[in-house]
Amino acid sequence: MRIGVVTFPGTLDDRDAARAVNRGGAEAIALWHADADLKNVDAVILPGGFSYGDYLRCGAISRFAPVMKLVIEAAHKGMPVLGICNGFQVLCESHLLPGALTRNSDLHFLCCDQQIEIVNNTTSWTSSFAAGEKITIPLKNGEGSFQCDDQTLIQLEDEGRIVARYVGDNPNGSRNLIAGITNSRGNVVGLMPHPEHAIDPLTGPTSQGLGFFTSILNAMVR
Amino acid sequence: MSLDTVAIAQLTPEVQQPFAQLGLQPDEYARIKEILGRRPTSSELAMYSVMWSEHCSYKSSKVHLKQFGDKAPKSDALLVGIGENAGVVDVGQGYAVTFKIESHNHPSFVEPYQGAATGIGGIVRDILTMGARPIAVMDPLRFGPADASDTRRVLPGIVAGIGGYGNCLGLPNIGGEIVFDKTYAGNPLVNALCVGVMKHSDIKLAKAAGAGNLVVLFGAKTGGDGIGGVSVLASETFGTGGSTKRPSVQVGDPFVEKILIECSLEIFAEDLVVGIQDLGGAGLSCATSELASGGSGGMKVALDKVPLRDPSLSPEEILMSESQERMCAIVEPHKLARFLEICEKWDVTVTAIGEVTDGERLEITWNGEIIVDVPPRTVAHEGPVYNRPLAQPTYINEVNSQKVRVPIPSSANEIKSVVLKLASSPNLADKSWVTSQYDKYVQGNTIQSQPDDSGMVRIDEKTHLGIAISTDANANWSYLNPYEGAKLALAEAARNIATAGARPLAVTNCLNFGSPEDSGVMWQFAESVRGLADGCLEMGLPITGGNVSFYNQTGDTAILPTPVIGVLGVIQDVRTRTPMSFDVAGLNLYLLGDTYEDLAGSEWAFMHDERVGQSPIADLAREMRLIELLLEGHNEELFVAAHDLSQGGLSAGLTEMVLRYSTGATIVLSNVGIDLISESPGRVIIAIKVEKSDALNALAAKHSITLTKLGTTGGDSLVINDCVISLQELSTAHTSTFPKLFG
Repeated sequence: MRIGVVTFPGTLDDRDAARAVNRGGAEAIALWHADADLKNVDAVILPGGFSYGDYLRCGAISRFAPVMKLVIEAAHKGMPVLGICNGFQVLCESHLLPGALTRNSDLHFLCCDQQIEIVNNTTSWTSSFAAGEKITIPLKNGEGSFQCDDQTLIQLEDEGRIVARYVGDNPNGSRNLIAGITNSRGNVVGLMPHPEHAIDPLTGPTSQGLGFFTSILNAMVR
Repeated sequence: MSLDTVAIAQLTPEVQQPFAQLGLQPDEYARIKEILGRRPTSSELAMYSVMWSEHCSYKSSKVHLKQFGDKAPKSDALLVGIGENAGVVDVGQGYAVTFKIESHNHPSFVEPYQGAATGIGGIVRDILTMGARPIAVMDPLRFGPADASDTRRVLPGIVAGIGGYGNCLGLPNIGGEIVFDKTYAGNPLVNALCVGVMKHSDIKLAKAAGAGNLVVLFGAKTGGDGIGGVSVLASETFGTGGSTKRPSVQVGDPFVEKILIECSLEIFAEDLVVGIQDLGGAGLSCATSELASGGSGGMKVALDKVPLRDPSLSPEEILMSESQERMCAIVEPHKLARFLEICEKWDVTVTAIGEVTDGERLEITWNGEIIVDVPPRTVAHEGPVYNRPLAQPTYINEVNSQKVRVPIPSSANEIKSVVLKLASSPNLADKSWVTSQYDKYVQGNTIQSQPDDSGMVRIDEKTHLGIAISTDANANWSYLNPYEGAKLALAEAARNIATAGARPLAVTNCLNFGSPEDSGVMWQFAESVRGLADGCLEMGLPITGGNVSFYNQTGDTAILPTPVIGVLGVIQDVRTRTPMSFDVAGLNLYLLGDTYEDLAGSEWAFMHDERVGQSPIADLAREMRLIELLLEGHNEELFVAAHDLSQGGLSAGLTEMVLRYSTGATIVLSNVGIDLISESPGRVIIAIKVEKSDALNALAAKHSITLTKLGTTGGDSLVINDCVISLQELSTAHTSTFPKLFG
């Protein structure tokens, strides 16, 4: 199984995401922001970083990268897409997911080991987890506060589209402690914390992030 | 202003030139005229002024720094030594590691965010320039009193700048220091360290060889920021009015630098450059003159081809600008097309601005007219050298003859009070408020970072080879005895690496001092350099490079002498590293090393404003035995945890250990007061399984290191004799200081 990992100018966690994909058992395929084809990948990851320097708004320019046109089309047809951190921001800017990520409530960049609860384990990226499972993975961003209007929030809650919630104190002011959401089809997931940095206790807080990269294999088998 | 050309300069020897405003002395100006046989053009004057500044020319420090070469120990590890952009060390398996530390002190006081950010940017480019992929940064910092109002301006700005730039580059921040002292109030220290890794064959040097090869400028366009940064900012003492110097501070764009890193690494991988130099302090003046003198000497540059952000810049300003994120490469003509292609892929602006010639002059033109015609070595390497007067300051005998007078705890209540006070003092308190603003996870190779003894990064995922780095300085000791202070800092940095199981290999340094024009400061500097050179010779560790920062003073008050020493080590398998603490009960805790009544320069003395006494004398032979003990114990998998003792002594060391994984300890001390607060050097706390006690005893005896049983691990309190402190209370004291001070 081939999972594309997109590199925009300013992407930082692409090599980490590729490492996690390979560790999970799939083959990571490097995709470049200017690529005009998706190289026959079965799924796509938009990794973290500061694509285009976060100029204008986080993810606002990346959305218009040539490769994103293809990713958006493929997502609408059901291809699994995972956006992590900056990738989540790109997905919101691309309108594949609702809402927006704004400055952390304390206005500081925050890097910490964050406990989250997997609320929805039926998406392409979370099926390896038990519903309600609590895992600890790194959170690291300056603009990770999930915001949306009341109606959208009710809709996300009612349709079970909250994928993960922060446990404990709200680290960044996200509405309803939202750490990740999905689209109604469950193939597109945006996640603020970084599972790709929690695949080995040697270099991360735990190996509990690996579940996101094994889930996608299950999704493909099904 | 009309263009000042070489032709005009020859015809108008009488023109008055503003050499003094540019930071040049009358005799230095006279020397330039002697070299050129005429007055310099205004562009030449600009170049000499920045390149002959203290910051670039090391004119006050050179005569002392020579010792680093003269006393260099024999080392097979050193691949590239002092003089290049950064030294390179062989760490085995075909890998070479380059690391360096630099100061960005004055800019960070004037404009904290940009000053600190561009400090990171500059050191990262130095590492990149050697051909290496930057893999981590560290930042030793010094500030004025923690509760001073200006510290609340400077510290958050500097921390945000380091984070804002480093995080955006995708470089994990793996450690550093934060120390407060009133002498840094008007002059904080921002030292930035970067480490990079490459294969031996990929090492690049700053030289412009081969007539006909092209001089190619790539990266950001040149703007009007940072003009004269090295001369106006870095090489003068601040009076009042620091903020009026704001235009001399560079403004950074980490996104451009990130692109520049990836673009450069792709260019290096295809072997497209003959030589390369980054544009940092002194900008194009530095890059062109250093590249030219690194080769045969001849170079022609058309300055009007330099892409500008601000088209109104004059040639003098272009030569002096310190706009960030620029690199200068020497490229063979037949490789230019591919070079341009890679730059285009990354959207990096690139322009060929000149060529290497077979002459011996650096010739710079502006729209065809010659505005610079100089022997480049006279600009880059043959600046003035001063043997400045030095004299032991009178305070030395005065403070050394006095004894430290501080309360020594003995009752349970006194012990508790001392442990909590030390745990919450700004110098020793938990630094998460700062370090949580830095990305430590990016690149996925970070094994250790703050608050561990050292930063550790894996460099090969298959073989698990890794490197560890620690930076240390104890300015309180250096103030009392700069010679011993430098040696002690070296020993501490080496020990901080060995506790994890890494073998120390090489040394870098950032020497922060007051004005070299003050004979007392110059003595402190000379003594520190002598101490460091002697220490490195004795410990067999080569110095790979470093940086001198003078003029760190406010009016007549110099900062404490602050030689920051960085030591790099190698660990064969990062999976085996010894952590700094324990998370299980029932382990035995031991102290390696001797505890004396070493209160001078201690944190407890500092907290009582007792800046007197005699610093400990460094016993480097014993330090080396201790390091060998630690490495041997690590190889035999003897240790569960090992933690270096330094500032705050045993009290701080125990606090850090029990809080790290929330596992308590019960300790019995015979001379509890001194045992807790003394800062005798060369001590390490070890946690081992009970059944390993005999092996540890044998190892300590073999290396002649004193071994003392401290107690056992477990519980939810730190118990010292009859004093019980709950981890909850200790943690609150330790972690609430920074949030209280900085929000």
